[in-house]
Amino acid sequence: MNLNISEKIAKTVVWIASLGMFGVLTSIVAFILFKGLPAISWSFLTQMPEKMGREGGIASPIAGTFLVTVPAVLIAMPFGIGTAFYLAEYTKGGIITRAVRFSAESLAGIPSIVYGLFGFIFFVVKLNLGWSILSGSLTLAIMILPTIIRTSEVAISSVPKTYKEVSYSLGATKWQTIRLTVIPSAVRGIAIGVILAIGRCVSETAALILTAGSVLGMPDSLLSSGRTMAVHFYLLATEGISPERAFGTAALLIITVFFINVVANTLIERLFKRVGR
Amino acid sequence: MFLIFALTSISVLAVITGFIFMQGFPLIADVGLRDFLFGTTWEPTRGQFGIGAMIAGSLAVTFGAALIGIPVGICCSIFMAEFAPGIVRKIFRPAIQLLAGIPSVVYGFWGIMFVVPFIRNYFGGPGLSILAGSIVLGIMMLPTIISISEVAIVSLSHTYKEGALALGMTHWQTILAVQLPAAKSGIVAGVILGLGRALGETMAVIMILGNATALPESILSPVRTLTANIGLEMGYATGVHRQALFATGIVLFIIIMLLNIIAQHLTNRGDMIE
Amino acid sequence: MNKIEIKDFNFFYGKNRVIRNFNLNIEANKITSIFGPANSGTTTLLCCLNRFCDLNNEARYSGDILIDGKSIFAPKVSVTALRRRVGMVFEVPTPLPMSIFDNVSYGLRLLHVKRKQRIPEIVEMSLRQAALWDEVKNRLNFPAASLSGGQQQRMCIARILALEPDVLLIDRACSGLDPISTAKIEGSLMRLKKQMTIVISPHNIQQANRISECVVFMQKGEWVEKITDFRI
Repeated sequence: MNLNISEKIAKTVVWIASLGMFGVLTSIVAFILFKGLPAISWSFLTQMPEKMGREGGIASPIAGTFLVTVPAVLIAMPFGIGTAFYLAEYTKGGIITRAVRFSAESLAGIPSIVYGLFGFIFFVVKLNLGWSILSGSLTLAIMILPTIIRTSEVAISSVPKTYKEVSYSLGATKWQTIRLTVIPSAVRGIAIGVILAIGRCVSETAALILTAGSVLGMPDSLLSSGRTMAVHFYLLATEGISPERAFGTAALLIITVFFINVVANTLIERLFKRVGR
Repeated sequence: MFLIFALTSISVLAVITGFIFMQGFPLIADVGLRDFLFGTTWEPTRGQFGIGAMIAGSLAVTFGAALIGIPVGICCSIFMAEFAPGIVRKIFRPAIQLLAGIPSVVYGFWGIMFVVPFIRNYFGGPGLSILAGSIVLGIMMLPTIISISEVAIVSLSHTYKEGALALGMTHWQTILAVQLPAAKSGIVAGVILGLGRALGETMAVIMILGNATALPESILSPVRTLTANIGLEMGYATGVHRQALFATGIVLFIIIMLLNIIAQHLTNRGDMIE
Repeated sequence: MNKIEIKDFNFFYGKNRVIRNFNLNIEANKITSIFGPANSGTTTLLCCLNRFCDLNNEARYSGDILIDGKSIFAPKVSVTALRRRVGMVFEVPTPLPMSIFDNVSYGLRLLHVKRKQRIPEIVEMSLRQAALWDEVKNRLNFPAASLSGGQQQRMCIARILALEPDVLLIDRACSGLDPISTAKIEGSLMRLKKQMTIVISPHNIQQANRISECVVFMQKGEWVEKITDFRI
């Protein structure tokens, strides 16, 4: 039977393509971890880099990553989640809604290097913040805004309509309904959006080189320049400074991303076992 | 109150557009739009600002990445949605989520360590080339395409599939004739997002493309993209040179916005059909 | 005594007139059945009694509905207070994604009452009234979704009763439920009518026959016939 043969061929192709691509992607991660894990030690994590990163550890890039990411997420969260609620709950269509949605979608597509250009001319030059952790943070906050908006909006609008109807039928106001019914049901999706945003901050390089600079020392305030792990890794890798330490930093980056994913997922699962979803 | 939050994204987009155009536009006006877009000599120190070669580079690499990424990505999403046994799916799904989060510089680094030497040894040339860039970017956009397309296929109503199977279609026919067309808008959105990622990628392409400013002769030639141009030179550019980089940003911005608008248009139309 | 008076009531979704020139008096402390074929407007009519249909942007109405002699459409009427007084149970069980206890106490928690220490007491009383207490008393902290369909529907009734409403609206609440749950729900409705007015859209005529003193027939949004003392 012709049909059966083509069916089998098609399925085989799909299997091979999928397992092949999974193999390639896994091998990338395995390669980095294999080469990088031996370089990671307690002193690597806690010592300051020396001689342009040729020796010593990566304490200051770790601190830099943290200092850039936390404010960026904290700034973007209220705006992103607020916008998502506006789009999903309060709006009744019309020109403003369309404009908001269009701009959010467009911001999502803008490449990080363009955010870097903007951050450079606006925060670094115009607002005179200089190449600093703060400039980098603010730029990243804008960059992750659309990620948070999109995932939160999906999460909010996929809350079943009956939940809201029940809440209204029991005499709840709009705000009570959102607080007691919509938010608990949507918090999982919103959290996933925030986690994706954290991941983007941790792995961003281009926008940060243009806004936060790449000074290697420990930043002493939000206004001093600093580099994140990703930037540090990029400089080590491209300038051939120390392959060993480059691998170590890359492995740590991957572990960080992994850790963010796993911890977030389990936390959320646990949270939701309690309320029964 | 929520309206105020919502207005931030509009104003941010406006401010970004405004600033980048303000910085870059005078240069385009000076050089002339045609010479800027189609000129192939980029020598900022001598006042030569033509980004034709870089536009060609960006398009070539993105196209190459699409050739690799789109078919493999769609195959994988079909696999995940329809064929993968439960346990495989349980491993793949978080793995893909993780792979999407890995910094692009790591992919670029892998490109330098593996893909570039491989091409240098077996195909000749410097290795740093359009081909290497296409392979690495094609792989990099896979997680994006897979995760979005898979959701689009899985979230289809069961009745579509059951209806088609009840008509005597085989599983594969059902996928091709019913499920893929029905999930089209989601898949297209995923693909365009992936393309946008490839087109906008900066650090990885700086690492593996060789960054030559001349027009590429073959897929084995080194090339520079628009993003790489900004990323490489912004650190030390001043005056007119800096304006030229902002002008490069304008071109990149316009290409990406066009892609966005097409994507939004397609997804909207898809929703209406449903 | 008339608890609810519906006067010349018309209701539209956009251009579509769903209820036409409806007039009806509903007596207090009785079970009134509003019966009609599918799409005859019974659900919409129930939804109008607690202004639930306001949630639809295209909804319009004319005429008036009075409860205890006061219009529910008067400008100063608080919609949320009205919905607490006129409780509604939906066709499909609608547990909220939280524990049984939290479901039943949901309405009470909205009120910011000082009676908060009385919440456990009220929850127990409501669940007893809905004939569910014995089945769930040992697992009040379980997710509501773990209950069977019939139990969920009784929990939804308990959730309304916790607010001590005057009027209870029940929209085809027993369709698709097992006979035992149906019997329990009907039994508790018969007991509850001493305290409140119940309006039900029964899922078949036998149910109307079993529990109600008064049956109103509707077709295509219009009043057809009212039969009192239905049970002979």
